[in-house]
Formats: sequence, C-alpha cells, structure tokens
Amino acid sequence: MAILTERDRTAVTEELGKLPGPVKLVVFGQQLGPGSEYSVETERLVREVAECSDKVSVEIYNLHIDREKAAGYGIDRTPAIVVEGARDYGIRFFGIPAGYEFTNLIDGMQVAASGEPELSPETLERLRGLTERVHIQVFTTPT
Amino acid sequence: MRLAHHLAVASELIRGDCVEATEFPELAQRYSVMAVPKTVVNETVSFEGALPEPQFVDNVLRAVKGNGGSS
Repeated sequence: MAILTERDRTAVTEELGKLPGPVKLVVFGQQLGPGSEYSVETERLVREVAECSDKVSVEIYNLHIDREKAAGYGIDRTPAIVVEGARDYGIRFFGIPAGYEFTNLIDGMQVAASGEPELSPETLERLRGLTERVHIQVFTTPT
Repeated sequence: MRLAHHLAVASELIRGDCVEATEFPELAQRYSVMAVPKTVVNETVSFEGALPEPQFVDNVLRAVKGNGGSS
C-alpha cells in the first residue's frame, strides 16, 4: 500500500515541479534488528517522493554493509536521509519524515536544489565569520 | 527545522539534522528532550521552541564562541 495518498502525490508533484535543479536522496537503512521497520517505511516514502519528479534520484544503502559510504556522510544510525543538491550541504533527516516533517523534507529538497538559502542578509553576513564546525540537531515528533 | 537546513546550505561548516525523537529515544534522553522542537547545537547550547531567525542564529553562534557570550 502506498504511503502517499493521491492528494499528497498531486501536491508533491506540484511542489517538486518547481525544483530548479537535481536532488539526490541518499537513504541509509537496515533490514534487520530493532527499528528496521522504520527503515522500510522511510525507503518506501522516499521512493514515492522520487516518483513525483524526474529531477529526484534515490540511492539506498545499508548502514552495516555500506560502511564507507555511511562514514563519508557521517551517518551512524538509521533510518537516515541525506538530501543532496549540487553538493552535500549537510541536510539530514533521522527517522521517518512524516507529518509536519514531510513538509520540511520537501523544503529541504527545494533549498538543496537551488543552493540558495532563504535567510536574511544579516544572517548570511554573520555566518561569514564562522570558523568552526557547527552541528545543529533539531528534535521533533511526527504531529 | 527549516532554519537549520537553510543555515546548512549557507555555510559549509554547518550540518543540520532533523531527528524524530520517538524513533531515537536514547538520543532524546541524552539531550533531555521534554518538548519539541528542541534544538541542540554542538552539544553545548540547547533551546526549546521555534525561535525567529536572529535568535536562532544567536544560539548557533553562541555554541561556537562557547560559554554564553553574545554573538
């Protein structure tokens, strides 16, 4: 059974129709063990999203088998989605991006495709002063 | 969440993770996630709620400059 309803598909197709460039969704999952059902669902959801636009490609990896790939992306748990545009900007989702987070997935795809963040000139100026790595983790729930 | 991803695109030094708290209870526990959204920056700065962009950036930069100094 599909995860996205017909109505969802129509909305996603419309949103992704505006993608200014290609996007790659790189999924890391696991087939066995606790939490593997989340990986299966995430993979299905990502494939359904990719079906909505020919600008979206999908790569699926197993965290425990494709270790080098996972290390390269800094992924140590599943399910994980890396949203890549012209390069890997550092956009990650851990867990199924359902509910409100689904909107964020689509938004993440759009900003990765454009490479142009919607931020104020002041923010961009302040970021220019950054000299150290910053890891931002935002915890959410699927409401 | 949206802001973290846009900041990641703006700077090569920033990575933005969206973490589904109920699927990663051990992480949620480690960072004492009681309400969402909760944002943790570099393990040193954390805050609850969706902040406006300038305040969100304040917190991000505070994590780098350490111990609560203003940006």
